Amino acid sequence: MIKQKQAAPPSDDVRWRFVMATMRRNGFRRSALIETLHTVQETFGFLDEESLRYVASSLNTPLSQVYGVSTFYHLFKLKPAGKHTCVVCTGTACYIKGSSNLLKQVEKDYDIKPGETTPDNQISLLTARCVGACGVAPVAIYDGTIQGELTADKAVALLERYQDD
Amino acid sequence: MIDRFEKIKRKEREAAAGVDYTIGVCVAASCLSLQGDKVLDAFQEGIEGPKEEGSPPSRCRAKGVGCLGLCSRGPLVSVTKQQDQPADDQSRVLYQDVTVDDAPRILEAHEADKTVPDILCPTDTPFFERQIKIVLENSGKIDPTRIEEYIAADGYHALLEAVTEMTPNQVIDEIVRSGLRGRGGGGYPTGLKWTTVAKAQEEKVKYVICNADEGDPGAFMDRSVLESDPHRIIEGMTIAGYAVGASRGYIYVRGEYPLAIGRLKKAINQARRQNVLGNGICGTTFNFQIEIRLGAGAFVCGEETALIASIEGKRGQPRPRPPYPAELGLWHEPTLINNVETFANIAPIIRNGGDWFASYGTATSNGTKVFALAGSVAKNGLIEVPMGITLHEIVEELGGGTANGHQIKAVQTGGPSGGCIPASYFETPVDYESLKKLGSIMGSGGLITMDETSNMVDVARYFMEFCMAESCGKCVPCRVGTVHLHNLLDKIYNGKATHKDLALLERLCSFVSETSLCGLGQAAPNPIRSTLRFFREEYLDLLVDEPVHAISEEVAA
Amino acid sequence: MKRARVITFKIDGQDIGAHEDETILELARQNGIYIPTLCFLEGLSQYGGCRLCVVEVKGTDRLFPACTTYPIEGMEVFTDSDRLHGYRQDILQFLFSERNHVCSVCVSNGNCELQGLAFSTGMDHVEVPYLNPQLDVDASHPLFGLDHNRCVMCTRCVRVCDEIEGAHTWDVVGRGADARIVADLNQPWGEAASCTSCGKCVQVCPTGALFRKGASVAEMRKQATFLPYLSQMRAGWQNEEK
Repeated sequence: MIKQKQAAPPSDDVRWRFVMATMRRNGFRRSALIETLHTVQETFGFLDEESLRYVASSLNTPLSQVYGVSTFYHLFKLKPAGKHTCVVCTGTACYIKGSSNLLKQVEKDYDIKPGETTPDNQISLLTARCVGACGVAPVAIYDGTIQGELTADKAVALLERYQDD
Repeated sequence: MIDRFEKIKRKEREAAAGVDYTIGVCVAASCLSLQGDKVLDAFQEGIEGPKEEGSPPSRCRAKGVGCLGLCSRGPLVSVTKQQDQPADDQSRVLYQDVTVDDAPRILEAHEADKTVPDILCPTDTPFFERQIKIVLENSGKIDPTRIEEYIAADGYHALLEAVTEMTPNQVIDEIVRSGLRGRGGGGYPTGLKWTTVAKAQEEKVKYVICNADEGDPGAFMDRSVLESDPHRIIEGMTIAGYAVGASRGYIYVRGEYPLAIGRLKKAINQARRQNVLGNGICGTTFNFQIEIRLGAGAFVCGEETALIASIEGKRGQPRPRPPYPAELGLWHEPTLINNVETFANIAPIIRNGGDWFASYGTATSNGTKVFALAGSVAKNGLIEVPMGITLHEIVEELGGGTANGHQIKAVQTGGPSGGCIPASYFETPVDYESLKKLGSIMGSGGLITMDETSNMVDVARYFMEFCMAESCGKCVPCRVGTVHLHNLLDKIYNGKATHKDLALLERLCSFVSETSLCGLGQAAPNPIRSTLRFFREEYLDLLVDEPVHAISEEVAA
Repeated sequence: MKRARVITFKIDGQDIGAHEDETILELARQNGIYIPTLCFLEGLSQYGGCRLCVVEVKGTDRLFPACTTYPIEGMEVFTDSDRLHGYRQDILQFLFSERNHVCSVCVSNGNCELQGLAFSTGMDHVEVPYLNPQLDVDASHPLFGLDHNRCVMCTRCVRVCDEIEGAHTWDVVGRGADARIVADLNQPWGEAASCTSCGKCVQVCPTGALFRKGASVAEMRKQATFLPYLSQMRAGWQNEEK
């Protein structure tokens, strides 16, 4: 029987304790991979190579499998997000009510595509498949706050306050 | 145990009896996005805040409640007079579009037994009167963060009855008799599913999974139930665990629903403390644990085998069925998977009996169905209606027709796996079979209305773009087919396609739906097929004639 | 080991006696009935992704993949109908249109399973537009190369590396049409620390996607004969351990 070694966290950042706790709660089983990646992302904002390696060796999971899982699920981000985020809902109700115009306007004005961040690292543009606020469609989420009944102009105006702060 | 429930009930009654009015502020996601939480704070401050000396204590109390239904007019606030308890929809006053500044006005008016007429939301409309609430019986009435209120509303009584007075077989019999069918979309008889899992060898470890990976864009029923009445799901799952012989359950929730996740976590802890979850439930030898697993943004994980792969920590790719999860599921053990709304129906069925449930709905589709009504109708929100109601009644009566004066042209049910039903078929009763005949499906309950301004080719393209982005990539027909179908629709919509392209589109539709591995690919062509069936002229209008120079151009190149 | 119950059923009208734990594909092959396959490879776990082996079953419109479906008593299976024939051609058309399969410049020309399937099913033209994606070639490994343009995502390499070699160097990254084969943490193959350079993945690859360096056009011949042998040995040990 080969003895399992416990991997050490990549740095002495105390936040690794949260990641450890999630893995311990799940008995360091491979099935805890997605739960652990959620904790890493919640704690550090995104999944970098260092953390993927640490999680892989702690859960005895092959590196390629960890990478495969992190790229299969769209919520996981392998790059850091900008200072502010704008998530435009592209659910059906929002689409019917013109969310694509809204998105196009933002894309045009800021010259970014969904999933990208402006060069000054201020704004990340994202899309979501229905945030469940269809009653007030079309909606977008600005830094976690849902804004309903938007128009293209209003959507851009709400972004302008992020320009230089 | 029943004594403990009675004690909780008595305490809740006493608390309510201390005031004349209970103000319920909706704190589900849609109203929260419109500052519902600040409205609640404003009420609480108005009641508990500093007052002029000598003024009498307030006659009101304020609390957060679950979804009140009419999401497009949020934040919504309900005011219930004490002697009316338990209140039904008609005997309470509802306010719409409430702002923080309205809170003192509402308080002041009700202290004087008056109302505030300018923000009153009429409740004598079909939107409220035509609903029958089984799944949503507590939504908008109880505070979702307190187990005491759920128990006071007869919650966990069904569980107590099941584990102390009924055998697992009797529980299953009751579900079979109710005729309940899976509310996730497929409509598979729930009783039959439970029977299969229960029959799997006794020595086996078994699992119960609640599918709360509500992925259809435009559907928010499950989110609303989880946010408004989380204990109902825990009770339903625990009863299921008892019936099929499982001791562990998982709730697989969309990661995009942080509020629902938070309320579920809280509810699970409360349930453990009240001994309705955990070891030795209600003083019996029955043990049942529930854990939450978070989805991470993959629509395909609503497919049961992909969902299982995801709980196992893998890429959410489906595998061929059979074997079905009821025989070979999570970690290769027999697994019962039901959707949120299905589990939400369990406690009422046990409490009132299967026959009671079967008395609602149609011959083949019993009970009620929760729909998320959205799109062009005047009244957007969450509704629960008996099966068999017509689409016309839902759209024109409950939904109040269009808001902008345009004609409603079609409704889309079943999300990316469903179809568009034209207005000429609105007399169709809503049940599993009728919708299927029209090339759509019941689906999980998203009901999107479209008016004349929507182009149906564009709608089909929208759904195909969704399926293309959500295809897991495992099987060839879905991985490559969704790209080709999307490109063809794009070509048609941009006025560059010929009749030949349309013929190819139609042929690929049957190919992709018949050869794909899982439901996502099999149903992906549905939006195209149904729009081609009912709105073919919109496709034909966009086609161009075969370019006559095609051959000479090729030679030149 | 307890052997499963014996049943009888029919493939293409032929009566077949079978154990319940044998798939329709295995039984068809034992009885000389040809069903085309691509992602299936004897000795590896079943995947069910290519859909080439779908068969018809009397009494239902649904199609079933022969590689993962077990027969039941009295079942009547059909492996050769116009519908199936058409669909198999469609699947191959989809595969040819998805990436850049140019046989005339491929190391596996003449020894390629995809090419062979196109011949045997009579797929002589591609009706759908070619998608022509821009894909990389990974030549960082000293012995082998990976050309994503020729990959059909059958995942045989992923499975052989995990199940037989035990290294799990390969996996699938992304999803849908963007899915790709990836080594370790999306590294050049030559830098993947977990790779043992055993070459099993190259031998099981059905096309020229994985190849031995130095092979020129039509020179790459693959030998996966080790696989049934190794997987049988592996199964033997595992049964004894139990």
